[in-house]
Amino acid sequence: MAIQKLTAAQVASLIIRKSNLFIFDVRNEDAFQNWKIEGEAIHYLNIPYFELLEGVDGILDQLPKDTEILVVCAKEGSSVMVAEMLSEKGLDVFYLEGGMKAWSEYLRPVKIGGLKSGGSIYQFVRIGKGCLSYMIESNGEAMIVDPARMTEPYESFAKEKGITIKYAVDTHLHADHISGGRLLAEKTGSTYYLPPKDADEVTFPYTPLDEGETITVGRTSVSVEPIHSPGHTAGSTTLLIDKTYLLTGDILFVESIGRPDLAGKAEDWVGDLRNTLYHSYRELSDDLTVLPAHYSNISELGNQGEVKAVLGDLFEKNEGLHLDETEFRTAVTENLPPQPNAYQEIRKTNMGKLIPDKETQQEMEIGPNRCAIND
Amino acid sequence: MTSDQLLDAKGLACPMPIVRTKKAMDALESGQVLEVHATDKGAKSDLSAWAKAGGHALLEMNEDNGVFVFFIQKK
Repeated sequence: MAIQKLTAAQVASLIIRKSNLFIFDVRNEDAFQNWKIEGEAIHYLNIPYFELLEGVDGILDQLPKDTEILVVCAKEGSSVMVAEMLSEKGLDVFYLEGGMKAWSEYLRPVKIGGLKSGGSIYQFVRIGKGCLSYMIESNGEAMIVDPARMTEPYESFAKEKGITIKYAVDTHLHADHISGGRLLAEKTGSTYYLPPKDADEVTFPYTPLDEGETITVGRTSVSVEPIHSPGHTAGSTTLLIDKTYLLTGDILFVESIGRPDLAGKAEDWVGDLRNTLYHSYRELSDDLTVLPAHYSNISELGNQGEVKAVLGDLFEKNEGLHLDETEFRTAVTENLPPQPNAYQEIRKTNMGKLIPDKETQQEMEIGPNRCAIND
Repeated sequence: MTSDQLLDAKGLACPMPIVRTKKAMDALESGQVLEVHATDKGAKSDLSAWAKAGGHALLEMNEDNGVFVFFIQKK
């Protein structure tokens, strides 16, 4: 039987539909334990490809007969080898095109809703890493918030819709992924905004994202109001869009809250984080739609594969918003998950101090985002 | 460090560095040392894990200008 490929986009659709899938991951055990394709109806087997060089006879009984089997490796080569071996034994199997590297880079756009004066807001879900970025478009103009390193998906999406990208915004200096903000601004001639308190050490020009300033997208004026909301970083900024959508960056997530330690200042920023979550956000309207920059669990994805919540509901349900001062301090400074892979190098790259080649950038971004206090 | 045989796996992508290494090891006698040169970044963790799983000793591993050099002694 012939082997067939599945693209990252096809796998993402299967996961959102909660389809049954059996993933035979042939990367080494450390790589698998650290980061894998997640889904509610996925079953796994992990045996490194290099233990299968003599043949697959010994493991055939560990594979299901009635579920689609997807062989996955880091970059595709080994999964093709193993898929071919299984195919020779009469099994119908798929391999993941481009491997986990392609999985990490895939962005899936999903429409979140409309804007009062015409236009829409889209969420770009980086399902392999749990990163969320946004396009706000109105009257042929767009703003991209927290863009991923891969800028092409935003550019082609905008081109398809006849939209010009006018603004690229980072809500904070990211530590888990390499920002595409500066590159996107260079390629599209757009203005790149960054919070000045996170930009002390950056080596390139930027436009400061200051509280009180309003950015207008489109002629019909969709206003974007930055709110200084420190805690994950000193400059972390929340965007209120069209008085409806609250882009909380890495401060507030659907099922968790941001961690203050990635820039090495957990102790200094505990108070700021608490003030933002327990006071500044409390002053906002309860019916705002919260749109964070990350998610940790696949359970946070809605029916369309989107991640969102109503602010008032989070005040009721999100455990991170129900802690007393002592519990809060403990939760955000102790027993935190491991830091994101290569986070210090990623921060330096986002400051412009390091300029790694593309392959190194891909390696640096391997693994989940880990920006929440509990993953 | 000296070796009994040199395998040049530079430029080869995963899984070929390990496929070739295994083939070269099969031809060696117990106790002999294979020196492998590879450029695939995945080889770094995979070759060590492969050697460990097979009971071979990874005597030395270093990186020189983008080339990973491994010395593996056959079980």
